This record gives sequence, structure tokens and C-alpha cells, in this order.
Amino acid sequence: MLSFNSLACERGERRLFTGLNCELAASTLLEVRGANGSGKTSLLRMLCGLLDPAAGTILWRGEEIHALGEQYRGQFAYLGHAGGVKDELTAAENLRFSASLASIVIDMTSEAAALAWFGLGDHAHLPCKTLSQGQRRRVALARLRLSAARPLWILDEPFTALDAQAVQLTQSLIESHLEQGGIVVLTTHQDVAIKAPTVQRIELAA
Amino acid sequence: MSELSLSGTLHSLAQRDLMIAFRRRADVLTTVFFFVIVASLFPLGVGPEAALLRSMAAGVLWVAALLASTLALHRLFAADHADGTLEQMLLAPQPLSLLVLAKIAAHWLTTGLPLVLVAPLIGLQFGLNTAEFPVLLAALLLGTPTLSLIGAIGAALTLGLRGSGLIALLVLPLYVPVLVFGAGAIEASAAGLGAAAHLSVLGALLLFTLVFAPWATAAALRIAVE
Repeated sequence: MLSFNSLACERGERRLFTGLNCELAASTLLEVRGANGSGKTSLLRMLCGLLDPAAGTILWRGEEIHALGEQYRGQFAYLGHAGGVKDELTAAENLRFSASLASIVIDMTSEAAALAWFGLGDHAHLPCKTLSQGQRRRVALARLRLSAARPLWILDEPFTALDAQAVQLTQSLIESHLEQGGIVVLTTHQDVAIKAPTVQRIELAA
Repeated sequence: MSELSLSGTLHSLAQRDLMIAFRRRADVLTTVFFFVIVASLFPLGVGPEAALLRSMAAGVLWVAALLASTLALHRLFAADHADGTLEQMLLAPQPLSLLVLAKIAAHWLTTGLPLVLVAPLIGLQFGLNTAEFPVLLAALLLGTPTLSLIGAIGAALTLGLRGSGLIALLVLPLYVPVLVFGAGAIEASAAGLGAAAHLSVLGALLLFTLVFAPWATAAALRIAVE
């Protein structure tokens, strides 16, 4: 469903990678690995359409992602380094607003369920500035729980700042998404063994 | 799960920004107090001669409003840029220019509108005839949204750059037409000429920026995030 051909990336006159090819069918996990500065985040941002590739094409169901535009943006969920969590808002408000920005309709029940699932039930109505780094990451991840209808998940370092329990919760969320035919593209430095029907790996050289 | 409508998304985005502004009331008050203080410095500087102050009132009010609204501009996108919300906005399955417009509307409600509400107070301080107040308010109501719209382009273009002074240098020259016709409206009305022509020009400026500014801001944001 998602494929890219001879993809190249240049950042500030430096060529990070060239000739990257990949074809991802349903239920496929793509693990992008590589040292710091090898272009993992750039690759993920290209797949979102935030960054234009120096060369190559990215296709979603056979069509250029830029030509699809808003149609493509309705197909995936992206979690970047910064999770878009506002200090002034509570966990519940953050989740509600980020879901509505992504055009996902949620009600109080699904909102509470997503927060409770990540162990934030007791903290749902506290301003996020009072939460720890890991808890804020959980708030950002809770949006994935509401994004099951989006076939493609693009996750940049989803396990950063999480404790063992939260890593496991996130892992099972990713696994169930893959089981239901979703595609997950992720980068990580941690050794988290995600069970997937099909696994592909890209190793970026520094 | 169904998709949320466009108006639902825009409404919720504006609501979020208003909520954050309400929880950071100090920021809103800073803009208002800055406006009041800048305007109050003029009588101290030029002396308390009533006729002189009355003739300066419109100009001083508008210059102070321009400076105060510039002061608040960096807040428009900087926090969203830093915490990743801006990326989520760019990836939303909705037109970015409309999302930007919702943010500008919320920004105007928390910076432009308070200035409009405080302006009569400054008018009184300068001995402005109360008969000019309707024109003063109409001019500010038409002019301050234009300032927010033009300012958004500047805020997006200077995103990620160090120093908030740059945005003022970029935006203040673009504010000149609003200043000229905004202050002109009050002066024309005081001179008995009627402010209709000036207000029409302010309205035209508002309509023009309403169409053009969100689109230009969206384009600048895409470049800033890349």
C-alpha cells in the first residue's frame, strides 16, 4: 500500500541516504534503524509529506502522496519527537484537541478509556505541566489508541522516556494494529521485539 | 470511527487556543497594559496641553495599538512549533490555511479585542470628544483583525529565528496602511468630514488580508517546519 522508490535525502548540503526502495503491504512493520544523524527522522517526515525528498517518489496505493494531499493525510497517524502536548491543558483536553485536529471523533467514553489504558486515569484532569516526561509521552501515545481506523502509523522513537510497563502497552497497541492489517513504520534505539506478520528493516548508514 | 467535520475541527482549534490564553492570562494582560502605558507616555513627554493632546489622540492610539499587537505576535506559532502541535496541524486532513485562520481568530479575540475595549479609556485620557467614539471603535474593530492577519504572516516567516525584534521590523511597515486610514478615520470625523471613506478602506483591507494572509501564512509555516 505504501511504497517508495530511489528515495534520497539531503540536509544542509549533506547527502544522508540515496536509492532507498521499499514496498509495504498490509500487516507490515518497517523498522528504521541507524545511528544518530543518519536520517531516520528525515525519512519518516518524508513519508508524512512534511519534507520533500531530494529525489525519488513516495506512493500510497499507487498514487503520489503530494497529489493525494489531504486525502493521504487522513490515512495515517504520525507521532514525532515532540508529541504536541500542551503544558497548560489537562491530559484529557490534550487528547481531545489533538484527536479533533486529526479529524477523529471521540466521545467521553473513548477518551477516558484511552487515558485509562495508558494508566493516566487518575491524572486525566491535571495540567500536563505537572506530569513527568514519561507521562506526557503517554498522553501523546494515547492518541494512537483512537487512531485504529488509520491504516498507516508513522512513529518516531515511540518508546523514548517510557517505563517498562508503558513500553509493553505501546508494543501491544502496535501489534494489534498490525494484526488488523495496519502498516507501522517506526524508528527506535531500544530492543523491543514487536511481533508482526511481516517485518522489514532499513538500516541507514551514518 | 467517523471523521470530524471541518467546522468542528476549526471550532475546537480556536477553543483550545482561547483556553490556553485564559490559563495564561498574564500574557493577555501584558498586551493591554503595554497599550495603556505606551499611550500614557505621550502626555508626559509632550506636555499636558489639551488641544495638542486632542489632535494627537488618534495617532497615538493607533501607534500604541500597533506596537502592542506586535508584542503578542510571537506567541501565535512559537509554542506550537516547539511542542510539535504545528506538525500535527500540517498533517491534519484539513486545509492548513483554514486552521491558520481559526488560530488567528482566537489570537485576535485575546489580543486585538481587549485593545478595542480599552481604547475608549485612552480616548478619554486624551480628551477625545465622545462623539468620535463610535468611529474610533468601528475603525479599531475593522483594523485590529487586519493587524492580526498581517502579523500572522510575519510570525510564520520568523518562526525558529532567534530574537523577537525581527518580527517587528518585518511587520510594522506592513501595518502602515491600517495606521494611516485608522487614524485618518477619527481625524476626518473630528473635522466633520465623515469617516465613511476611511472605514470603507479599512474594511477593504480586512477583506483582502482575510483572503490572502491565511494562505501566505500556511505557505510560510510549511517552509518553517521543513
